[in-house]
Amino acid sequence: MRTPVTLRFLGMLTRTGWIALALFAAITLVLLPVLHVYVPHDNPLHVSNYVITLGGKIMCYAVVAVAMDLIWGYAGILSLGHGVFFALGGYAFGMYLMRQIGTDGSYHSTLPDFMVFLDWKTLPWYWTGSDSFLWAMFLVLAVPALLAALFGFFAFRSRIRGVYFSIITQALTYAAMLFFFRNETGFGGNNGFTDFRRILGYDITSPEMRSTLFALSSLMLMLTLLLGRWLMTSKFGRVLTAIRDAESRVMFMGYNPLHYKLFIWTLSAMLCAVAGALYVPQVGIINPSEMSTANSIEIAIWAAVGGRGTLIGPVIGAALVNLSKSYFTVAFPDYWLFFLGALFVMVTLWLPEGVVGLWKRIRNRGRA
Amino acid sequence: METHSQQGARMSVAEQGHGWEDNAPAVGHILQPGLDISHKVILYLDDISVSFDGFKALNKLSLAIDAGELRCIIGPNGAGKTTMMDVITGKTRPDSGTCFFGQTLDLTRMTEPQIAHAGIGRKFQKPTVFENHTVFDNLELAMKADKRALVSLFARLDDVGRDRIADTLRLIRLDREADRKAGLLSHGQKQWLEIGMLLMQEPQLLLLDEPVAGMTDDETERTGELFKSLAGRHSLVVVEHDMAFIEQLGGKVTVLHEGSVLAEGGLAAVQADPRVIEVYLGR
Amino acid sequence: MKRFLIALLLCTLPALPARAALDPALVKQLAAEDSDARIAAIQKLGTSGDPDVLKVLKALASDSLMVTPDGRVFLMPEDKAFDAATGAEIDPVPAEYDAITINNRIRSELDNAIAGLRLLNPDRAVRLAAARELQSDPGIELVPVMGKALAKETDAEIRHLLRFALDQANLASPDAKLRLAAVRALGHDASPTTRGLLLPLTDPANEADAAVRQAATASVKAIESRLAIGDTLGQIFTGISLGSILLLAALGLAITYGVMGVINMAHGELLMVGAYAAYFMQGVFRSHLPAYADWYVVAAIPVSFLASALVGMALECTVIRWLYGRPLETLLATWGLSLILIQAARVLFGAQNVEVGNPAWMSGGVEVMAGLVLPWNRIVIIGFTLFVLALVWVLMQKTRLGLFVRAVTQNRAMAGCVGVPTARIDTLAFGLGAGIAGLGGLALSQVANVGPDMGQGYIVDSFMVVVLGGVGQLAGTVWAALGLGVLTKFLEGWTGAVIAKIVVLVIIIVFIQKRPQGLFALKGRFVEN
Repeated sequence: MRTPVTLRFLGMLTRTGWIALALFAAITLVLLPVLHVYVPHDNPLHVSNYVITLGGKIMCYAVVAVAMDLIWGYAGILSLGHGVFFALGGYAFGMYLMRQIGTDGSYHSTLPDFMVFLDWKTLPWYWTGSDSFLWAMFLVLAVPALLAALFGFFAFRSRIRGVYFSIITQALTYAAMLFFFRNETGFGGNNGFTDFRRILGYDITSPEMRSTLFALSSLMLMLTLLLGRWLMTSKFGRVLTAIRDAESRVMFMGYNPLHYKLFIWTLSAMLCAVAGALYVPQVGIINPSEMSTANSIEIAIWAAVGGRGTLIGPVIGAALVNLSKSYFTVAFPDYWLFFLGALFVMVTLWLPEGVVGLWKRIRNRGRA
Repeated sequence: METHSQQGARMSVAEQGHGWEDNAPAVGHILQPGLDISHKVILYLDDISVSFDGFKALNKLSLAIDAGELRCIIGPNGAGKTTMMDVITGKTRPDSGTCFFGQTLDLTRMTEPQIAHAGIGRKFQKPTVFENHTVFDNLELAMKADKRALVSLFARLDDVGRDRIADTLRLIRLDREADRKAGLLSHGQKQWLEIGMLLMQEPQLLLLDEPVAGMTDDETERTGELFKSLAGRHSLVVVEHDMAFIEQLGGKVTVLHEGSVLAEGGLAAVQADPRVIEVYLGR
Repeated sequence: MKRFLIALLLCTLPALPARAALDPALVKQLAAEDSDARIAAIQKLGTSGDPDVLKVLKALASDSLMVTPDGRVFLMPEDKAFDAATGAEIDPVPAEYDAITINNRIRSELDNAIAGLRLLNPDRAVRLAAARELQSDPGIELVPVMGKALAKETDAEIRHLLRFALDQANLASPDAKLRLAAVRALGHDASPTTRGLLLPLTDPANEADAAVRQAATASVKAIESRLAIGDTLGQIFTGISLGSILLLAALGLAITYGVMGVINMAHGELLMVGAYAAYFMQGVFRSHLPAYADWYVVAAIPVSFLASALVGMALECTVIRWLYGRPLETLLATWGLSLILIQAARVLFGAQNVEVGNPAWMSGGVEVMAGLVLPWNRIVIIGFTLFVLALVWVLMQKTRLGLFVRAVTQNRAMAGCVGVPTARIDTLAFGLGAGIAGLGGLALSQVANVGPDMGQGYIVDSFMVVVLGGVGQLAGTVWAALGLGVLTKFLEGWTGAVIAKIVVLVIIIVFIQKRPQGLFALKGRFVEN
């Protein structure tokens, strides 16, 4: 009863699952972009810049939340440093965006404005090739992957786990933030990169480009979910959860947890990086505060709110938390932190399985 | 479908005494790496010492297990039984001494997964199964296979593997629980599941730490029968406190005390040894 | 100080006894047209060593030395006139006179001369002040008067200062032997200034004499090695000071995390509560007890402790208690609590940093050796850290609470069985850890900014200290904090603050790879359970 890869692929989701995915694709890849680009502004069906940008942003966050869930929910490794991979992806693509500004900056130099301000005469060596889109794509994947693989290798090899690992990842992102805050590091210091103009020569603020980025974010999210589903329905996924539940048992059965953890950890970091690269052109700025410890912990709460150990949960969580954030920070700016703080407490105390778990419980009660 | 007894027969084919690698079944099984047991000894511990902050958990322990032997280890709490298993399985590195699997494999230089691959399986004192996985998945994960991470991404369970799992499920009498989560099993069932997982690994040496703790008398007796049927084809090291169970197993008994061997021999002889009596009854 | 002394001096002037007359020709020369002539007169009067000259020169410096058209020079401090040479009162005051004006060149000569004369003043304070003034760039013309003063001087401190000024002045002496002696003598000093003075003399362009050049080179080297020692000691001190701050920040965490196993991400905010409690006490003292305002710090010790301890116990009872044994969830929940506390501080005290002042007795410092000044506030904090450390030690080792806490740490179930009220002990122990954090916050308020976000900066550092020291090991925490403090300060000297911080974090990460259990590791089969 060998199942070919295609069958295995189709079997990943239920019928309802595939229909939901197709529906989501139709809405985010076709409907909303069309309504944004081709329906005039005064028409009530027009989808505004705000909605497209917010939607794109949230889908990027959702990718990060799923990436976080892959390692936390499934492998039991809580990273408090995922912001660093997200930001590195953003910075890698941001370098390209800075170069695309060309001589349109305030100093009309070929160098990015902040370098002119620092009185630098040439690009530092690590900016070499940053004007190439393909090189930028390569960097987006390679730099965070390299950092994650190196860090993960040493951490997992030393069997650092649990809270220890969390705290060390927090130190990692903290150190990275300090590093990027320096002007001499060559990434714009605390202002970071901003004032982007173009991608591949096209105006970054045009409705077409916004819609494209929005659609790409959606595509990325769907791919991430399918990838996650593939992983978690494979033997790999079962070994991973086994490692989470009883690591030494797994070792004494002949699996090397290091390789499993390292693979999922690096993959998770790369997913974050791609999300970061999609995020930066949509919000128009990247600065070191993306690497702050607070940001990274917030990612964990997205996954927790939605429901750890499920794939759809983190997506729901990222959407819920960030929509509330958009609402609160405008309507009650003083209360947002109270709300977020209370959310952290309430979810851990009363909703350990998140919204998805709550829904399952309600459904089961209804059936029983 | 094979019956219970056929299962036993098949396993004997896989691991008959001479040159293990010759009899690997056709599909789905990875060749056992050649293990040199030419001197009839499968496990040598020589002069092993382990200390934790000055406390000597093992003190110049020397021990040899013959291939196919069923050896029972007894000893009071703190005698070093679990530490000895930790050393054999690579969890604890000894401060001094050597530990060989067969004639050639130096276990003190190998990692836990490498040791497991070489053919040593271990059952923990506290039954350790994957509670969030089904009984079936537990056995599947344990099954001898290529266990590298990238391979596991595309690994599929074939019919031979499925049959093997079905056989083992029957052997450990959990075939009706196959799709239940392991966390929902009773204590005794978990013990059996763990033993089943060990068997799926097809190890040559089984280390069993208090395998019948928490079992009913009936379950204990069946476990004893199972172990006796495994001996000869596998080598077993059983750590137990249950003297009746040890008597049932009938193998050679080693008494550990304060990290080294106090006495060794048949159960009756050991029980008559005045030093052993002193250790157990206090002074 | 200087101005005060001059005022004092001026006040005592009329009371001076009648004196021997000065050389009238020199006095007259003070009013000469030619600046050089006047300078010569000032120098000659100054070197005479006659203390009475001082009055005249002071008057010249303060524009109260007058001259009549016929060249009579007299002093007119107020509305009476005194002859400059004899000191006799001139009555009536001459009808026509002008103040003798001086230019800058003359003024600096005058200052030197006055300083020289003050060196011979009978009042020790005046002599000391004068000697201090001569520490920078004393003129070569003062060598004779300084020599004279040195010969008469009995006070060790003044002698030391004078010797230094004399050597310094002699560096410009035309006599190579004097220069050589001065260069050698100055080699015993240890200040960067002296090094700067001697450095030109190592250069043939400035110093013709080879022997002097050689001696100067040797002296510069000697000073530099002494400076390096001072520098190192200074760095060690600032390192220990930073370490003690880290320790105060981490000590509470060592109890809650290390001993109880609770990952409290709101620990930084408990520091903040302690710091705000200090701010509050400062306000109370300023408005109600202004006379004792400087002692608010002492009153804040129990207040900071209690404020943080109460907040901590409230957190434990409401949230943390329900999460024992679930470290990752505890981590997230306490992070949420920290956000709430930060926002609460913003709402209550405003988002801006508040000003918490050092009491006067904590400002300034002690000079241990040349170039090494230890600020009082740092010394006090180091002392305070020792006090807190002793407090924790006593509480943990000598009290029933400590005994219970240690019992619960080792075996919760067994402790419960023998009648230890584990739930109450948890609350109290958490309160203790939080209270220690409050004391840390009080200390921080004296050296760092106090604001709603202040705790966030310490949480990573504190955890690093605890993890590095080994969880559950208070001794390890102490060594880790001091080690990190000193290491950071030395690295800062090399690389600057930010890179130093990054390097330290990387070192910790690498270190923990090697020894996951920290500096003071527990070993054994129970560790992982």
